[in-house]
Amino acid sequence: MQYRHPPLPNVTSSTARPQDLLFRWHLDSNLLQALFFLIGFGLVILYSAGNENVHTVEGQCVRLAFAALVLAAVAQIPPYRLRMLAPWTFFVGLFFLIAVMAMGDVGKGARRWLDFGIIRFQPSEIMKLAIPMYLASILHEKILPPRFTTLLLCLFIILVPVGLTALQPDLGTALMLLLTGFCVIFLAGLPYRYLILVVLLAAAAVPVLWHSMHDYQRQRVLTFLNPETDPLGHGYHIIQSKIAIGSGGVFGKGWLMGTQSHLNFLPEHATDFIFAVAGEELGLFGALILLLAYAWVIGRGFVIAYTAQDTFSRLLAGSLAIAFFFNVFVNIGMVCGLLPVVGIPLPLVSYGGTSMVTLMAAFGVLMSIQTHRRLWST
Amino acid sequence: MSTIKELVKNHTEEKILFQRRLWVAASVIGLLILVLIARLIFLQIMEHKRYTTLSNQNQFTLLPIAPPRGLIYDRHGVLLAANNPVFNLTLTPNKVKNISATIVDLQTVLTITNDDLAYFYKQLKQNGRFNPIILKAKLSADDMARFYVNQYRFAGVHVDAELVRYYPQGDSFVSALGYVGRINADELKKVDSQNYLGTNYIGKLGIEKFYENELHGTVGYQQVETDANGQIVRVLQRKPPIPGHDLHLALDSTLQLAAANALDGERGAVVAIEPKTGRILALVSAPGYDPNPFVFGISSSDYTQLRDSPDHPLYNRSIRGQYPFASTIKPFSATAALYYNAVTPDWTIFDNGFYTLPNGSHTYRCWAWKKHGHGRVYMSRAITVSCDTYFYQVANILGITRLGNVLKMFGYGAKTGIDVDEELPGLVPTPEWKLKTKGQPWYLGDTIVAGIGQGYLLTTPLQMAHAVAGIATRGQPYRPSIVDYQILPNGEKIVMPSVASPPIQLSADNWNLIVTAMQNVVASGEGTAHVSFGVPAYTVAAKTGTGQVFSTFGKDIDNKGKPKNLQDNSSFIAFAPVDNPKIALAVVIENGVHAAPAIARQILDAFFNEAENAIPPPTTP
Repeated sequence: MQYRHPPLPNVTSSTARPQDLLFRWHLDSNLLQALFFLIGFGLVILYSAGNENVHTVEGQCVRLAFAALVLAAVAQIPPYRLRMLAPWTFFVGLFFLIAVMAMGDVGKGARRWLDFGIIRFQPSEIMKLAIPMYLASILHEKILPPRFTTLLLCLFIILVPVGLTALQPDLGTALMLLLTGFCVIFLAGLPYRYLILVVLLAAAAVPVLWHSMHDYQRQRVLTFLNPETDPLGHGYHIIQSKIAIGSGGVFGKGWLMGTQSHLNFLPEHATDFIFAVAGEELGLFGALILLLAYAWVIGRGFVIAYTAQDTFSRLLAGSLAIAFFFNVFVNIGMVCGLLPVVGIPLPLVSYGGTSMVTLMAAFGVLMSIQTHRRLWST
Repeated sequence: MSTIKELVKNHTEEKILFQRRLWVAASVIGLLILVLIARLIFLQIMEHKRYTTLSNQNQFTLLPIAPPRGLIYDRHGVLLAANNPVFNLTLTPNKVKNISATIVDLQTVLTITNDDLAYFYKQLKQNGRFNPIILKAKLSADDMARFYVNQYRFAGVHVDAELVRYYPQGDSFVSALGYVGRINADELKKVDSQNYLGTNYIGKLGIEKFYENELHGTVGYQQVETDANGQIVRVLQRKPPIPGHDLHLALDSTLQLAAANALDGERGAVVAIEPKTGRILALVSAPGYDPNPFVFGISSSDYTQLRDSPDHPLYNRSIRGQYPFASTIKPFSATAALYYNAVTPDWTIFDNGFYTLPNGSHTYRCWAWKKHGHGRVYMSRAITVSCDTYFYQVANILGITRLGNVLKMFGYGAKTGIDVDEELPGLVPTPEWKLKTKGQPWYLGDTIVAGIGQGYLLTTPLQMAHAVAGIATRGQPYRPSIVDYQILPNGEKIVMPSVASPPIQLSADNWNLIVTAMQNVVASGEGTAHVSFGVPAYTVAAKTGTGQVFSTFGKDIDNKGKPKNLQDNSSFIAFAPVDNPKIALAVVIENGVHAAPAIARQILDAFFNEAENAIPPPTTP
């Protein structure tokens, strides 16, 4: 694959085609279209899920606009500079993670937030970008597939922030960080025998993990295994969201007509469980369109990774695309009753957005990688 | 041993390795997406019928149960804020086919006013179609009977009961209690919306607002089975709500009512504080208003009437009224002089009625200028006779910064931190403040008039009471607080702490000098309140103040010829008994000329009468 500059028609530069202009600003028009489609569809769902409250949609738009600015800003940073910044980002993120343990704000029983007066943010969000960046920058210098010692170093870099996040306790984000880090190593050529070893170790670790979990985390797993045991309490979320999706059928009950969400049967229907609203009101048809939109975004990410020109860019782009997919998969899997309830929002669609900025920044990285390529063929 | 090939990066090979791995990842992702699609097909096509049935007839609705709001009592257990059951007619839009036809039909059974309809349609726009909306509030027993007979004709229309705040004492307590009102969209954003699912009211002002979290409680749920009309068939499971905390105020309702009575017909405020704890005993702003109409939403005509009344009843003078200090500043000016050793207690001046600046540029008049001044004046006499000339000179020696410092130690110029949000800070000016807000430098004249509490200085009645309590305790002020303790639903008692401010260091002799001088304001024949306050059965230390509303420069200082709203404000600070202070009091009467001392006397008499008539110790109901 190679990038060919689109042939410029015989017009002056002031009337250049839009994608040329976007390219000059380091924005990838294909990925941009995919994001626009996904976000637009998401806002339509949110309007209904937020009980037809215009303020909810307005608030979401403000957040999206801010996140889009972050995307545009990150896209201007060329990949080699991102590689230089990687260790700094990681250690600053680590510092904040430790700070949050020491003095963070307690929200809903967990210490996850740092309060800076104007902004509150979750340092674990930085890590979603910092871990793959740092790992990719290290592996960029090494010969691939990585040696055992390099793998050990990578493992250490992953486990420290994951451990800190798990202690907050924020198991959902910790798992996502672990997956993201693992993706980088996998793409770098982790030997399959280690992969099998990891799976076996994980299986062995289940009892240990179970022992160290908080009560509410154990309850979530138990409820996932059999939601009907506790229909009013912990199983309520899963039962009601399955009813919502199932009763939607092929074409759904119609936009704004979902009884499960509008009659408040479905909890958290504007945030973590918003996919159930789509499934109920727009049916299998609407759910597939949503999945298609996600597939488009992820697919474009893969194309960017595939055609990237150096190891750092490849590993980073590939792992970010896969991590985005896992965000989607874990959320939809949870809402459909395939996975236990972990508090992970549906990316770019759920109301609220600490993760939104990180996600858009990641897309900014992808666009930077795509638009800073040198024009030679390999 | 590594070969050269292993040590040098082979870019093409690494790229191929990466791309192979990417294909593996893409396959796994494709597979997982297929799993999701399969799951969706299973739920939405194969199990669709089962879930449709569940969704339709299940209607095991989870209904929120609003927690009963905590009650508010005074220090003797007198109920100040109660919850009364009220019945409302509600309509659920998605259950009604033709809303306007239904309303026309309903009007044959009940009277529904245009105000009701306007409110209903406003709510209809905001609420969506699935929630019940109030069509007519506060149904009478008659209304309910008539509706129930005809209910079969109106699917989707119900009578809902709710508990609504009621203030049995009406307008005398609103300045402290505030009130609750219908919650609006902005307020809903600031609270945990899950916890407010069943709640229609929120504290808007006063104690009700400040202690909203404590008073509200925790929402409960009941799982109910409903029929196709949304009527509850049976209750399956219930998690009862946790009621809010009951608040027991330090407020003494006897004293509060006595103060409200004493203020009857005046515009002004009274604040009484227990000096040794900072507890508020009375907090009255006159005229008051009845908070009860605000709970349900006051009609716009009634509201306009209250808002536009020349007496401004909605303006809480006790904590928001910012008045000139006037002569009530003098004990504090004297304290400042002693604190900085600026003058000695026996430093004496001769007052002939005027004070001329050392450079002769300007002459300031003492209020007693017509009688050719007070003659020989030293500190304690200066306070007792309220000699302006003496304090002009004290201010000149002290300077505005040192005077301001001591005023701030007594809590002037900043919010006192009382447990009500709306308080205003008053003003203790500094040269920087004047340059910033007025664009002018600070003049010596500004300092001179500050010495007698005129000029830019402003204070609230709450600050005045708080500051005089600081003198009563000989330099140990406490942060004012209204709530004494909370009772949790489990019966646990949480006593609100008394927070001590930094003490003001002064020798016992100096404190005695200030206190004795203030005692002589009432007790001595030449004291400014000797006649107006009279001789009480208890010892009292006090200071009067007369604040000019209308500048009388160059004219006769006399109120007789002036219209009422241009007459002087009258203020009075006091504490009693002198040696073991139980109450510190501030009274401000707008355009009251010299009315404040007599009003203060009524209130203090009521306080000590009550104390004599030995009230039973407060009981917790």
